[in-house]
Amino acid sequence: MKNFLKGLLLGTLLVGTMSTSQAQLQLNGAGSTFDYPIFSKWFDTYNKMTGIEINYASIGSGGGIHQITEGTVDFGASDAPLTPEQMGDFNKAQGSDIVHIPIIMGGVAITYNLPSVGQGIKLDGTTLADIYLGKITKWNDPRIVKLNKDKNLPDKAILVAHRSEGSGTTFIFSSYLSKVSPEWSKQCGTSIAINWPVGIGAKGTEGVAGVIAQTEGAIGYIELAYAKQNNLPYCLIKNQSGNFIEVNFNTVSAAAAGASAHMPNDLRAVITNSPGKNSYPICGFSWVVIPKDIKNREHAEALVKFLKWAVTKGQADATSLYYAPLPKPVQKLDLEKLNAITSNGNKL
Amino acid sequence: MEIVNDKGSLAKNQEYLNGSNGKKTSPFLKKILGKKNLGDVIFERLTLLFAVLVFLLVLFMGWEMYSNSLLSINKFGWKFLITTTWDPYSETFGALPMIFGTIVSSLLALIIAVPLGLSVAVFLSELAPAWLEKPFSFLTELLAAIPSVIYGLWGIFVLVPWLRNVVEPFLQKEFPNSPLFQGAPYGYDMLAAGVILSIMVLPIISSISRDVIKSVPDTLREAAYALGATKWEVTKIVFSNARSGILGAIILGFGRALGETMAVVMVIGNRPQITASILNPATTIAGTLANEFSEATSDLYLSAIIELGLILFVITIIINIFARLLVWGTERKWK
Repeated sequence: MKNFLKGLLLGTLLVGTMSTSQAQLQLNGAGSTFDYPIFSKWFDTYNKMTGIEINYASIGSGGGIHQITEGTVDFGASDAPLTPEQMGDFNKAQGSDIVHIPIIMGGVAITYNLPSVGQGIKLDGTTLADIYLGKITKWNDPRIVKLNKDKNLPDKAILVAHRSEGSGTTFIFSSYLSKVSPEWSKQCGTSIAINWPVGIGAKGTEGVAGVIAQTEGAIGYIELAYAKQNNLPYCLIKNQSGNFIEVNFNTVSAAAAGASAHMPNDLRAVITNSPGKNSYPICGFSWVVIPKDIKNREHAEALVKFLKWAVTKGQADATSLYYAPLPKPVQKLDLEKLNAITSNGNKL
Repeated sequence: MEIVNDKGSLAKNQEYLNGSNGKKTSPFLKKILGKKNLGDVIFERLTLLFAVLVFLLVLFMGWEMYSNSLLSINKFGWKFLITTTWDPYSETFGALPMIFGTIVSSLLALIIAVPLGLSVAVFLSELAPAWLEKPFSFLTELLAAIPSVIYGLWGIFVLVPWLRNVVEPFLQKEFPNSPLFQGAPYGYDMLAAGVILSIMVLPIISSISRDVIKSVPDTLREAAYALGATKWEVTKIVFSNARSGILGAIILGFGRALGETMAVVMVIGNRPQITASILNPATTIAGTLANEFSEATSDLYLSAIIELGLILFVITIIINIFARLLVWGTERKWK
């Protein structure tokens, strides 16, 4: 028995030294749960290509921002851009600016349960906002009827459903309502979590979808991916050009392309309600956040190389996982940002 | 074995136990050990250390929550406990709707679970034949082994539709003017949370009550039967003697209901509001923690959530201590 234990110990030590001598580079990230499915796909593919291992803890955007600020991970991922205050905190803690890299896009579908009506109810921004403010409470409200003359809307109470937990989807949705409704902007604002005037909170996309599926008359916002996978009916939303737009990968990418013309310098663009004939108005970026100056050169090089791959070739994986890919102009902006990353002041 | 009763052989015996077998122990060790065995002392100290560690862990958790919620405590003070707005966007935080939801949903659970749980306990301890008692108590206790999230799923797919289509319309028809049953019945509400919780606390209430009732000495029962008491009368006598222990069981169930998270989040509708109607959505402290902790980005927001945790921590500790004291009280009475 003793010999066996000795052997075991020796073996472990040997394996230990062997694996350190082959020192595989490991990168660590943390943050958004929304990004997690595509990240795991990317990390797996990239590991097979290059041997670089990337670990990701999907602990939520807030956690990701905290971890990168404390310097415990190589990159963070967030569904909402950092506030100026958070960027200040980061600068104080790490002595470097933080860089936002739009990494993937998400669209938000407005889905509902009205079996007698079927697919494609049309809504505009203010009507949607007033439903979520509790000012429109019936499906046959004159304002909804006016937009849907071809449909026979029932005299049914509207049950508003929303996410109960903080979520990037909520951030995108509330930012859209804030842009189209001054009242929403004043009362509820744009945030990952909202003090909802009406409705029921359900946990996760599947929770919201569950409430809607079970309750006739319910309306809710869910990720594009989920609506498509489950063939849920969704609303056509009126965009800035006055067209009623269906949510899909093309209309979401069109929105990003429309917005890319006036992207702010730091790429912290909230692109809801963006201009463009075919732009779907309720969609947004998810960001990877990294320091502008990374101390460990080896990590900096590997990370930047990976991100360059992710924002270009990696985007091909987006649609199969029901994300919307970044449009070309945004990819170009990302690459410019990544080329400017330094390590201890030196170019990579 | 021969009984050792003279001092000489006792000492010899002790020496043998010490494993010294004639070898001299150092005077220093002897001084610490006294007449105890070295292994025993190490064992004792080690277990003591671990016991103290657990206690320190609780203190440390309390301290950690306190220090992490200082930001919110300093900003809102005691007003945190009575403010009804929970708005992450404007960063106004008040815990009252969560405290209200936590306590009301747990009380609702007790209203349903106490009569059921006590009936089960009395049946199992007083009335059931032996061959029925074992499988029945096993089955009730099995309820406690089902993971919370399974209750939640069952809630979404079975309980909520049933409440929405059957129970709630019935309540509204029978009591049209009661403030308890106002509002549109969607099934995701305080009532659903109460019903789910009642099933989850049932095994706690019934199994502890059963043990407490069983600890009432048989002499009492025999005396009562001898005087010609009926089963019902005997049960009443046993009950009145086990009263405080049963109360303890109920409060322990209450404590469990207060902290229950996942199942509640899935059916309560998650809305921080205070209404008289149990057909309206509400939220609980534990539910808010589970929902909002991971995506809370600002420091004040995070701090307010941790303060919520601290409040729950204090409430459950007080309630559990109270319940334990009651249970111990009854058990000691009969020993």
